[in-house]
Amino acid sequence: MSDNNTVRKVDSVPSGSTAKDSGAPLLQVRDLKMYFPIKEAAGLGRTKKVVQAVDGVSFELKAGASMGLVGESGCGKSTTGRMITRLLTPTAGEILFKGTNIAHLKERELRPFRRQLQIVFQDPYSSLNPRQTVSNIISTPLRVHNLVKKGKELDRVQELLERVGLNPEHHNRYPNEFSGGQRQRIGIARALAVEPEVIIADEPVSALDVSIQAQVMNLLEDLRRDLGIAFVFIAHDLGVVRHFCDQVAVMYLGKIVEQGSREQIYGAPQHPYTQALLSAAPDLGTIRGVPPKERIRLVGDVPSPIDPPSGCRFRTRCWKAEDICATQEPLLEPKAHSSAGHAAACHFAEPKVDLTAATA
Amino acid sequence: MSTPAPEDRKDSMVESAAGESEATAAAKRGPSVATRERRQGSINPSGETPYLVVEDLAVQFPTADGLVSAVNGLSYSVPLGRTLAIVGESGSGKSVSSMAVMGLHDRKRTRITGSIRLGGDEIVGLPENELMKIRGDAVAMVFQDPQSSLHPLYTVGNQITEAYRVHHKVSKDVAKKRALEMLDLVGIPNPQRRFSQYPHEFSGGMRQRAMIAMGLVNDPKLVIADEPTTALDVTVQAQILDLLNNLQKEFGSAIVLITHDLGVVAEMADDVLVMYAGRCVEYGTAEDVLANPRMPYTWGLLESIPTVSAANERLRPIKGLPPSLLNLPDGCSFNPRCPYKDRVKGERCTTELPELLPVDGAGAHTARCHLHDKATIYAAEVAPRLS
Repeated sequence: MSDNNTVRKVDSVPSGSTAKDSGAPLLQVRDLKMYFPIKEAAGLGRTKKVVQAVDGVSFELKAGASMGLVGESGCGKSTTGRMITRLLTPTAGEILFKGTNIAHLKERELRPFRRQLQIVFQDPYSSLNPRQTVSNIISTPLRVHNLVKKGKELDRVQELLERVGLNPEHHNRYPNEFSGGQRQRIGIARALAVEPEVIIADEPVSALDVSIQAQVMNLLEDLRRDLGIAFVFIAHDLGVVRHFCDQVAVMYLGKIVEQGSREQIYGAPQHPYTQALLSAAPDLGTIRGVPPKERIRLVGDVPSPIDPPSGCRFRTRCWKAEDICATQEPLLEPKAHSSAGHAAACHFAEPKVDLTAATA
Repeated sequence: MSTPAPEDRKDSMVESAAGESEATAAAKRGPSVATRERRQGSINPSGETPYLVVEDLAVQFPTADGLVSAVNGLSYSVPLGRTLAIVGESGSGKSVSSMAVMGLHDRKRTRITGSIRLGGDEIVGLPENELMKIRGDAVAMVFQDPQSSLHPLYTVGNQITEAYRVHHKVSKDVAKKRALEMLDLVGIPNPQRRFSQYPHEFSGGMRQRAMIAMGLVNDPKLVIADEPTTALDVTVQAQILDLLNNLQKEFGSAIVLITHDLGVVAEMADDVLVMYAGRCVEYGTAEDVLANPRMPYTWGLLESIPTVSAANERLRPIKGLPPSLLNLPDGCSFNPRCPYKDRVKGERCTTELPELLPVDGAGAHTARCHLHDKATIYAAEVAPRLS
């Protein structure tokens, strides 16, 4: 019975240490696709169109590492995060967690993996149930996964609250009694409750004020250092990503256009889109006497993912675009001048070093 | 300084599903490169009376829980052609104070005292019908969320022409011509077609352009932009900021830019006012405030942002939370979060509200802090952590 086999294999998820020892990636995403069908009444019959939200995304995450997914709204970064946690079932592709493909597992087979892969949401207001106490919110995952004995739940909840920098005495308060930053800490405590190995952080600080944002960033960093949790960090703020992630993937219209280490992406970006993003980020450098960096201004908006441009999806806003860009899709591959691990999807990729290096 | 000419912007604007011709057109272009010339000098270089003068403004809301002092003793001025950025976190009073300038507060629920003068005319206490004449004509506002500030049931063109006809007795045709002109000016491609479309047919950046077109249709002397780019993506944000800069050059209006993003401030502002818990805590030119800040809260803000160009060091957040406006701490509002209060002799920080005084003895750069040797502390301790 093959079904039984899968279930057994799934139940015995190997512990974190083996993955770390072998140096094999903890999480591998291969050619992941998410197409959302939309129905439209058109003429006589109904035609089916699809939104190609994510179209062939691949990356690896090592234990304890952090991978940044950057891009503008609609580029598919959140959808990717939701597929990895299986809040969405991918249209195609593989999500290998310690070698097991979880992309199309059934709910019951998936349960042990849900424990390993947790998510922290962007909006700390809508992601906490207003009618439940903090204690209830954090202990629900503990109960679902049978992680603590009856009667010991409160101890664990208080321990978690303390871990994320909240007063453990506040366990029976409701979410509305907390500020935005504190709520985000509750969301983080909920994710931590089941001792995950990977946390998908979907814009975890973008709803917070600057001074609070830094507090939460430091908390996430502590968790990564102390507990060895690997992060997929989804954000549009390039400064935050630079601060938190060792690996960065830049997404545009459902595809990764450039991928590499933090130093490679920020120090010598090769893809025109990455260059434009970096140069568009408002920076304090100039006011402190740093010579102004080159400004690349893109024109127009991101095209619709229902009917993306042929060939390279960025070509309609790209100043380097030529005929080949419309006919032939550039592959995400290392270029002649790339250092190891740096790949860009562009026919005319060339590194530009002066975009952020000015203040270094 | 090469700024893209409006016509260049127009024909290169690519619409959502772009065709082949546009791609080849894009290929001919280099990247458009723009930097902004910052106006030098003091807060009011010309010495003339600035267009907007706010003096000792206080905005209070009586609530069931007590009196909320949202803005307290706020004074600033903006001459024509200059941009003042008001910076602060949520609840610091930055939006409330500028809504007072627009006269948008409900009179029954708000107590406004102090003085707001527009081109010399007092507007605090003005009756509603007088305010209506000023609003949208001499002063325009660009809101954060273009999705909710455009009416979904009227075409964009309709809304712009109405804004014009409220203040000008002209025929519909004349108003339409003016609206098309404005759409073109703010870089909306194909204005004829866009004129009769509804807001939902516009993308986020296009909607914000339409909002700006509507705001500027009456050629206002003062534009209040409340977080105009917060809802937009980075590359679109850059376009909108460029647009505001170019339009200011053309119209010479005064701009009050409300934002929490210090990067945007550095790129846009001539002057900066930092607000905390309803009060101005530091005020000066952008160079003064951002390159030589003299107030621990401003230091804290600067230290807590991860920037695109910074190395991966640990962030230094400001500890704690902003105070409740119902129950402000005694003395300096920032004292419970201030890491430097031990350096002030006695209990001054917790008992005595510091005045907004010129730093370094003289000049227009002011800060609200009891610390004696602010310049030394900044140079020795804060500045090294920032670079």
